[in-house]
Formats: sequence, structure tokens, C-alpha cells
Amino acid sequence: MKFTMSWLKEHLETKNKDTQIIDKLTDVGLEVESFENISSDLDNFKVAKIINAEKHPNADRLRVCEVDIGQQNIVKVVCGAPNAKKDLLTVYAGPGSVIPKNNMKLTVSKIRGVTSYGMLCSESELKLSDESEGITELKPSKYSDKIGKNFFKNITEKVVDLSITPNRPDCLGVRGIARDLAAAGVGKLKSTSHKNIKKDGSQNIKVSITKDKNQGCTIFGSCLIKGVTNKESPKWLKEKIESLGQKPISAIVDVTNYVMLDLNRPLHAYDADKIDKEIIVRNSKKGETFKALDNKEYKLEDEMCVISDQSGVLGLGGVIGGTRSGTELKTKNILLESAYFIPRSIRKTSKLLNIDTDAKFRFERGIDPQSIEAGLLKASQLISEICGGKISKFDIQQFKKYKNSEIKFNISLFEKITGFKVKENEIIKILKDLGFKCSKKKSELKLKIPSWRPDISQPIDIVEEIVRIKGYDNIETIEPKKNRFKDTLNKQQKLFHFLQRSIASKGYFETVTWSFTDSKINNLFKENLKEIKIVNPISSDLDVLRNSIFSNLAFYLKKNLDRGFKDISLFEIGPIFKNKNPGEQLTVIGAIKSGKISRLNWNEKERSVDIFDVKKDLIQTLIEAGYDKQNFFIRDKSPSYYHPGKSGSVYLYKDDIDPVAYFGELHPNIVKKLDIKTEGLVGFEIYLDCLKDNKIKLRDQKSHFEYSDYQKSERDFAFVVDKNYKAQDLIEIISSIDKTLIKSIKVFDIYEGENIPSGKKSIAINVTIQSSEKTLDENDLEKINKLIISTVESKSGAKIRS
Amino acid sequence: MSDIKKIRDEYLIKLDNNLNYESVNQIKTELFGKNGQISNSFKTLGSLPNEERKKFASDLNSIKEELQEKINSKIQEIEIKEINSKLENEKLDVTLPEREINQGKIHPVSQVIDEISSIFSEIGFSVEEGPDVENEHYNFTALNTPDNHPARDMHDTFYLDNNKEILLRTHTSPVQVRTMLNGKPPFKIIAPGRTYRSDSDQTHSPMFHQVEGLHIDKDINMGHLKGCLDYFIKSFFEVDKIKMRFRPSHFPFTEPSAEVDIGYELKDGKIVIGEGDKWLEILGCGMVHPNVLKNVNVNPDKYQGYAFGIGIDRLGMLKYGINDLRAFFETDYRWLNHFGFDPLDVPSNYRGLSR
Repeated sequence: MKFTMSWLKEHLETKNKDTQIIDKLTDVGLEVESFENISSDLDNFKVAKIINAEKHPNADRLRVCEVDIGQQNIVKVVCGAPNAKKDLLTVYAGPGSVIPKNNMKLTVSKIRGVTSYGMLCSESELKLSDESEGITELKPSKYSDKIGKNFFKNITEKVVDLSITPNRPDCLGVRGIARDLAAAGVGKLKSTSHKNIKKDGSQNIKVSITKDKNQGCTIFGSCLIKGVTNKESPKWLKEKIESLGQKPISAIVDVTNYVMLDLNRPLHAYDADKIDKEIIVRNSKKGETFKALDNKEYKLEDEMCVISDQSGVLGLGGVIGGTRSGTELKTKNILLESAYFIPRSIRKTSKLLNIDTDAKFRFERGIDPQSIEAGLLKASQLISEICGGKISKFDIQQFKKYKNSEIKFNISLFEKITGFKVKENEIIKILKDLGFKCSKKKSELKLKIPSWRPDISQPIDIVEEIVRIKGYDNIETIEPKKNRFKDTLNKQQKLFHFLQRSIASKGYFETVTWSFTDSKINNLFKENLKEIKIVNPISSDLDVLRNSIFSNLAFYLKKNLDRGFKDISLFEIGPIFKNKNPGEQLTVIGAIKSGKISRLNWNEKERSVDIFDVKKDLIQTLIEAGYDKQNFFIRDKSPSYYHPGKSGSVYLYKDDIDPVAYFGELHPNIVKKLDIKTEGLVGFEIYLDCLKDNKIKLRDQKSHFEYSDYQKSERDFAFVVDKNYKAQDLIEIISSIDKTLIKSIKVFDIYEGENIPSGKKSIAINVTIQSSEKTLDENDLEKINKLIISTVESKSGAKIRS
Repeated sequence: MSDIKKIRDEYLIKLDNNLNYESVNQIKTELFGKNGQISNSFKTLGSLPNEERKKFASDLNSIKEELQEKINSKIQEIEIKEINSKLENEKLDVTLPEREINQGKIHPVSQVIDEISSIFSEIGFSVEEGPDVENEHYNFTALNTPDNHPARDMHDTFYLDNNKEILLRTHTSPVQVRTMLNGKPPFKIIAPGRTYRSDSDQTHSPMFHQVEGLHIDKDINMGHLKGCLDYFIKSFFEVDKIKMRFRPSHFPFTEPSAEVDIGYELKDGKIVIGEGDKWLEILGCGMVHPNVLKNVNVNPDKYQGYAFGIGIDRLGMLKYGINDLRAFFETDYRWLNHFGFDPLDVPSNYRGLSR
């Protein structure tokens, strides 16, 4: 909402300075976005003289002009206008200027090899007229001594630009703003002058509002003004319209716009001679069409509120008028409309047709239903003053009578909500100044809500009115109390934060990527989950919710590889989506690692990353989170986006149905499809929702501290097993032979090849044996040795390697 | 006696020579071996008369100890010499680079969420979460924003169905609704999380983060709201004083509503939060609208309180001097490395929020 101070002062009698007014506006909730001279941009436009004009060396139609822009500055400007000649006085715009017509910002640029510093402007470019043939020609008599001076006189006032919240339609008019300021102590609201106007004859175009279901118009007021001479608006009116950055059109249109900006009372003027007999306000029928003032043809649906005559639709009520009945300069008789349209209906229609107009914006927020006559009065009076003509009596058709609603307000509510007290008579004064009618009954106020405040319906709204006018500064700052009802984090949240830092501590960079992704990449990772499309995606490559944590990680990994990074470790912790309903999401950690370990290292051999790198990070993270590695179980099953032979899943317990994590190499086909070029690409996922809560606290798990001081012995074994035999099974067999004696088992070599039959491999393990009762002698050790060999051989079909 | 004295003197001199390990061992054998001179002298003890024996034994023992000590110190001396001579060949170029360790990083958004949680934890708030996908009821209607409300236009919503019933939450406020529906007052929660609006430029991104705050009890008023935010902003920016301005504003789910600005100044093109003369909008808040309380079965005549919503990414940008919001989500390795935090830097009250 824009206005000038002088306009404001037509409604507000005040001695306050502009800065005080500006501060107050923000204080009462009318946020000032800016207070500046809107024409300041125009200071870049200077009166200039062409002192030389030559043909462009590389273009026949262009000229290279030397231009005097004052203060002994001569600049070179390339110009295409035929009238760009020596000695012409014209308007020069320097680099940085914004051309009013197209908002184009000028820069120093080369035009066909010649550098041009700025531009010489046509009248059309300056929005002075529609003249676009050639540059502006200024009269030497008026301008010859003004070279270098601003072309636009700085007569325009500073403009206040407010950001009006949707609950305050009344402040979309200058008067509403003045009322708030007056209530807040900045001057006095002037009363509206009621000049009596002479009304001649009746409004003889019949108006009817049909009793349609969900009729969107409840009041339709109108009057005729006959015998007008439409013309350019007078200077004061033009300046008002222009001061807000709008374009004056004709007196009739400018007056309706002026009344709208002044009182937030939208009006519409029809050329009365173009109306076919009568006005019918009705619901549209599907398939009806009409051409609107934006020159677009609209096809209507059922139940849109239209203003029509006997030939068809004239306009969409409260949204946009039509070309058929629009006023022109030659218009002689006009019908002025001042109506009330229901916000919901306006919103529905404009959404369906995708129309956004000033009128729609206002009606959607709620126009004062009691301003019908005031609008007609002010506008018809102005039109007849400017354009002449006789004003008819007003015709008001009402579908539903509007009544001011009333509420009861208990004064104590104010202090209960705000924490501070305001004296009763001050409360009453504030409310009265805002337009409420107040009567008091004990500690209760009976309030009649002003018709221009559709936002107010209950006592809490009254609290807001008082506190914002009184000022939020009066609210005390109360020291926060530290009382607590619940732990800050629940167990799952603690786990989230723990895992996040646990993974980062292993050398991964945490990233946060969109919850949506490119469906093409998502398809590579979504397995059997349903694709979740976004109806209105921000771009076509972010068109679905991610089914997997890997799609974005892989995409951004590639981006970083393309930036020249090679050895990358990234992870993200966040949601993935199983389906589109609320709650059908999982929290997942995804980590991805590329390139090599020890690349270009002087003392360690470099090698590509492999799955045991990520397995290490994964298992260690689970251990740190408090899960017992002794119970972990690895299977070689994993989702299809992993390399089928180089991936696995981790179960907290062997009998668990669901794995808690996957790890492995990414499937080579996917790597190829995504065109990722790296020596190695491995990753892992942890599903937080599957991580069972450790029921026993860590501190309780650790209550027993047992150890043995007797001597440890180590024995090495090498077993020859089938190639597909799993080390995990071998370890399990051995560890279950004697859980008290066998303290640890390490795999220290895997060998295939010479001396091993084909289809077989050798697994070499080291077993640590220790008793907690005595030092084991050779006999004891030999016994357990033999037991290990015989048990392994019988249970696994392995052979000890001699 | 003179014999053993002679042996002693003789060997002490010998041991003073420059000897190697072998020759010291040789001497050791000569003295203490099976037929060594000292060993043999002990063998003569038995044949001595009683009165002499005691004296001789004592002399012999002290000579033995003296020689043994001499031998030991000689051996030590030789060993040290040997190590020292070896060390001369063991010189490494210590300026060679150490073995590499990959330093991980925590994303600024996560760090800021932890900072915020730590601050609110101090005054008794707990953390709640809600789903990213919401239905329009929780995101709008229950929050007093009916379908025909123009405030809906202020949220450019991503929809997952054509009926516009399922959407990506446009703010964290639906967590208020879920928390209150699932519990009984009092409520004292914050709800950080991802939020989505279909908007993208330097200061808007289709996904961003908000933290919602909600405190409902019998007597929580606007003064408590002001106190809570004053405490939070000071703690977050780690300053003792801050200029704060509460401005009336409008949100359908709070009444009265406010926007909060904080003072700042520009120093060398950088925003310095605190007491400058410029204002920066930082959050929206207000007293929870009675309609919202009714919608979640909380009696507005008995309970009241405040709610607020803060942009997490924006707070991070201000505190850590990050200019472009979109960079948060672009996974540029250089950016993550530059703005990321060491995983050991866990924000907490007693260690300080940031280093």
C-alpha cells in the first residue's frame, strides 16, 4: 500500500514530523517497507545535447553520438534513432539508469564494436507518451540552459510503502491508515466532508441480483452520470495517481482508482450506452466466455459471480471488468458500480481463472459493506466536477442486509494476555478512535464492530487492537522460568544426534540436501517403493519426494567430482519417504565415499576405497551408539542398487527380521548411468527407525568388571573351505566351542591359488585362549586345539591346512 | 686379605679401560665364574679360623659388591654407548607430512539446531518433531487458516495431490497441533525441522529450516514471550545486550501477533548483531489464537500461551556470516569444509555454544 504524506494529511490533522509518523506506522502494525522518493531513479535522466553525430562504422542504421551531459562531460552514445542529429537537445540516461517503460537497467555495452555509455531516450521509453519513433526532442527555448540538469523535476513527494497484513483491508485505503494513526495519538482524523450533491432523476437501468446458490454479490449500488465529457485528468489527480507509480488513464478511470486508493472502496465505471437494457448479477454457467480488460478471453466455470446484461457477461464481479462495456474518451453516459462481493467467492473465482487484480486483492480481504454510498458519492461528485454530467439517484440492490456485529469484552482479559494494565477510559478511547461503538456494563464492554474491520470477531482481537495502539513497548520482559516437564530429547532424538556426530567424526562431511529429488535418479534407488510426485515442483528435476537417501548424495558427489575433488566422504541424516501420507517417512543416514585411500602418500600404499572401509565406519558407529558387536550378524542380502557381490546388510541380532543397515559398493550400472567417474564408490545406510532402543542403559550393562591374570596363549589355524563359505560362520563355530576359554578370534589371512584346490579358499585365523582359573599347560592347549579342529571340520566341511 | 685387595685393585683398573661388552663378560667370568677368583676366595672361607673368618667374609663381600657394581655400571655405559652410536644412523626427516586423517564436518544447519536446542533446554523446553508431509488440516485449517484465507497465499505450498489435501509442510507450526492433540497442557516445546515453500532466490530456498516454539500454561502472557525471546536471542548471538523491537503483525494462528526485529550495524560489509541503528526482521510470534487451542481440545479459558517461529538457516547465516541461503543445500565440498563444524564441537551451555 503506497501513499504520500500530503494525501495522508487530507484525512489526518497532525503536527507530527514525517519521521514520527513513519515510526508510529510500524508501531501500530502497519510495517513501513520504504519511505523514499519513487522518482529518485529518475535522477539519472539528464538534459543533454548532441554535439556530434556520425554514422556507426559497422552499422548503417546506427549513429555514434558525442553527447554533452553537462559539467564539461562528453560521452559517447550509440543511438539508432533517425532524428539523432548534431545540436539536438534530448534526454540522456546514464549507465545504471532504469528505463521506465521496460524496467531495463542500462550498462556500459559494446554495440557492434563501439562502446556506448548510456542511452538517448524516446518519449515512449520515458513513459511521457506513446511516441517511440526517434528520441525525445526538447525545445531549445526551454532547455538550452539546462544541459546536465535532471530532466524530471523533483516535484514528486516521498512515497510511503506499507506492507499491509491480510487481516487489515481497511488500511488498503489512506483513510484507514489515518484512522489508526489518530487512534495512536498522531493527530486527529478529519471528518468526511459531505457536500450535498444534486441528484437528477432516477437510475433507470434495472439492476437485479439473482437468488442463485452461493451468490457472490450481496449488495450492488449504482448511479448513472449522464452527459459526461471524459478527458485527461486534471493535474492534481494525475499527480496523485502518478505519485504512487501508477499510470493515469482518463478522468473517469482515474477517479474510480483514486476513490479506491483513498477509501479502499473499489468502483467500476461502465459505458452505460454499451449495456444491453439491464444489469443482472448472477452465477455464471460453465462455458460462458468474455473478454476482460486485460485483453484476455476467459472461459468461465459454473457459479462464478458475473455482472451481465441481456447479451451476456460484462465482467467478473469484484475481479475484473470486460472490454465490451469499458469506458473510453468518447463515453457520454456512465453507470458507476459500488458493490459488495463475498471474499470466498472472489477467491474461488480468481484462483480458478488465475486472475490477480487490485480489486480482487481488496474484495478478497473484505471491503466495508457500508461504504457503498460513500463511494458512489465521492466518485460521482468528482466525475461531474471534472467531466460534467448529471448524477442520478443512487440505486442500491441488497441481497442480504449487513449488520454490525457486537461482542462483549471483559477488560481483565487485556492484562491476562499482555501482562500489563491500561486504564479503562484509555481502553475505551482507543476503541472509539478505531471506530468501535462502546457501552459499559460493570467490567464488561459491549462493542459494536466497525463495518470495515472484518478481521475482528472475538475478545482476543480486541486485546490486539488495544495493545498494538498502546504500543508493544509497554509489554514487560519477564525472565524465563526454568521449570521443565520433559527431558529435552527423547531416546530416538539422542540417538539421532549421537549418530550424526559419530559419523562425522569418521571423516565424513555432513550435507543437507532437498527432501525432493529428480525422478530419473530416484528411479535408480527407489526399489519397490511408490514414486511420490510433487504436483507443482519448483523445477522438473526436483519432481518427486526422495524414496532413498542415495539419489541426492550420488548426484552431489558427482558434482564435487566434476569440481575436481577425488576422495570424497559425504553423509546426510534425514527423511526418506515410503508413501505420500503424513508419517510414512523414515529417518535414514546415508554415507557415500569415493576415490582412494592414501592417494599420493609418501609412506603408505594408495588403494581404492572398498566396502570394508565403509563397513568399518558403519560397525564402529553402531558400537559407539551402544550396540554389542558380539551380537551383530551380517548377511549378503542388500537392495539392488548395491553391487550384488560386494554388499551386505547388518542385523543387531542374528534372529532379527529387519536389518538396521546396508553397506556396499554402488551398482556399477548405476555408476555408469549417472556418469560418475571415480576409482571406487562405496556407501552405507543406517535406518534409525529399525535401531532398537537399548532397554538397559549403558551404565547398567557395564556393572560387572571381570578379568583374568592367567597367561594368554595364541594359536593359529588355517582352514580350507569352499570358496563361498563365510568367515562369519567359521568364527561363530569356533567361538561357540568354549565361550569361557576362547577370548578372541581374528581372521588374518584369506588365500586362494597355488596349493589350494580350485573352488576352495584358505581362511587363516588366530585364536586367543585364556582361562580365568589357571595357567593352561600344553596338555590343556592341545586339547582345545584338537577340539577346534575337529568341531570346525565336522560342522563346516573344512579341512585344516597342514 | 692382601690377596683379595690385590684382585680388587687389579680389576678396578682393568674395568676402567675402554672395554667392549665381551671383555666385560670375560672379566665377570674371571671373577665370579665357577672358578673365578672371587668365587674361589669364598671357597677358602671354610678353612679359616673362626676369628679371621668373620672379618675376611665381610671384606670379601664388600669387594664383591664393589666389583659387581663396577661391572654393572660398565655394562650400562657400554649399552648406552651402543644405543647412542645406533641413534646416529636413525635420523628421520621429521618435516615429512604426518599420516593423513580425514576430518569430518557437521553442517551449519545441524550445528545451529543443536545450539538452539541447548539454549531452550536451559529454560525447560523439550524437543518435538513432526512429519515433513502434512495434510492441509494440520498445516492450515487447524491453525485457524481456512481454505479461503488470503494468508494461504503467503505460503507457496508444494502439493502432493491434486485435491491439495496433502502437502509439504510450509512451517513447523503443525507440530504445535500434533503435540497438543497428543498430550495435555502444560506444553513447553520447540520443534526444529525442514519446511518447504515453492520459492527460490538468494534469500529463499524451496526447502529451509524453522524452529517452532510453544509454551502453554495457565498464566503465560506476552511478557513471558518477550522474556523468552530476549533470552534466546542474547544467548544465540552470545552478546550481553541486544536491541529488540516487537512490532504488531498478523498470523492467523496467533493473536495478538508480533514480528521481532533485532538491531544491527554493518561493519566492513558484515552484519554485526547487537546495538546498531538498523533493524533486521528475525522471527514471528504471538499468543496462540483461542481458535487454535479449541481445535486441539485445549480450553482457552483455562490455558493460554505463546508460540514463535524462527528461520534456522537465517540465524545461521547471521551468526556465521553466510551470504547465500541456497549454498546451504548445494553440497559444495569447499563450502561444507569452510562453514562446517568439527564434530567434537557439541554446543552446550557449560562449554559455550561456539568457539
